[in-house]
Amino acid sequence: MWWKVILFVGLAAVIVFSFITPAPQQVIGEASRIFYYHIPMAWIAVLAFAMAMVYSVRYLRSKKFIEDIRARSAAALGLLFSILATISGSIFAKISWGSFWNWDPRETSIFILLLIYGAYFALRGAVAVEEKRASLSAVYAVFAFVTVPFLVFVVPRMAPSLHPNDSVIDADLQFTMGASVRIIFFSSLALFTVMYLWIFNLTCRVGALYRKIIEEEDI
Amino acid sequence: MPNKSAGLTSRALSVYSKDMRVELRSKYAFNAILMFGITSLAVVSFTLGQTGLSPRLLAALFWIIMFFAAMAGLAQAFIREEEAGTVLALKLSADPTAVYLGKLFFNFSLMALISAVITPVFFIFTDAPVDNILLFVLVLILGVIGLCAATTIVAAIISKASVKGALFAVLSFPILFVLLLLLVNASAKVLEGATPGGIGTELQGLIAYSGVMITASLMLFKFVWQE
Repeated sequence: MWWKVILFVGLAAVIVFSFITPAPQQVIGEASRIFYYHIPMAWIAVLAFAMAMVYSVRYLRSKKFIEDIRARSAAALGLLFSILATISGSIFAKISWGSFWNWDPRETSIFILLLIYGAYFALRGAVAVEEKRASLSAVYAVFAFVTVPFLVFVVPRMAPSLHPNDSVIDADLQFTMGASVRIIFFSSLALFTVMYLWIFNLTCRVGALYRKIIEEEDI
Repeated sequence: MPNKSAGLTSRALSVYSKDMRVELRSKYAFNAILMFGITSLAVVSFTLGQTGLSPRLLAALFWIIMFFAAMAGLAQAFIREEEAGTVLALKLSADPTAVYLGKLFFNFSLMALISAVITPVFFIFTDAPVDNILLFVLVLILGVIGLCAATTIVAAIISKASVKGALFAVLSFPILFVLLLLLVNASAKVLEGATPGGIGTELQGLIAYSGVMITASLMLFKFVWQE
């Protein structure tokens, strides 16, 4: 219970301070505040995918439904956070570089992540038999995850380097991460991660209860 | 029925030859892919004309056509089993790894045949520069291996689902994206006149991709295949 209070107070403080303190990056000005939110969203989207993959592997080994519920919950939240990350990133791109979408490596990776989540749920929707649904989506989650190293290491070197978009962000993190910016940023990252884990836990418990009570199956 | 104590290669080859024999009777998958490929190629060529097509655009178009062709026909290997009701018989006759390898080689043969038809027609329709044709063929071979490596297990997955056709493309595309990016970059460079050294990074990426996809598929296939 105490950690929920800390989470609430902490996140409220982060939100307030992200708007009160001087803008992190002078060139873009006020719009750069979005990076306090955009980066945690993107990080959680990837974390959720990794968790979905791990739970998928555990399901394939143990065939216990609770692992499938966990994988599905992680994927659902991952989809939500990917959408948030894409939208916030687009807004940031429009303000700093003039267009909503540029196919720069990070944008491309988040787009692929969105497609993977979409495909995962499309697959789940298309299989009627419960056990088959769990196995097939687990296999797909693991298989899709295997492409992630390529997205991280190969795509940045392949994408046509018309404008080095990310250098603006990287330069950002290097020289204008003054003490106050650093504190707010890392608190935002940590607190949003805790919030995600809490929502994940709740979603899993709801899923398990639903299965137990409504479907009257054992987990 | 293949002898269970026979080696993996002969079991896989049995699955492969069964598939080829069935395919040669009706040529359904082959025709589907061929028609899809030729039609999309014709539409592209007709609308864009011959002049002013940059190497990058040509490369992109070529691989889009190959992608469409793959989506049209590579799922047939498993869908045909489901529709003919022979899945159980196949499960009884061979272990998952042999089935996977047989189907993989079948898909590969199919795509290889299609490429052999589509590639010359592509070069004729678009009058693309042919200086480094061997290098282009190398990229093509690696690309076809990559396409089959990634899509064979996805085909197995969707054959058990209900909306098969559309789902195949939806599931395959995120996985194929990296491959297509590598292929378009490599082909564009070849059409512009690159040496083998110039596309070294892409070649490494392509080989790595195929290796990773086949390995992951080998490990995961039995979970898709078994009841």
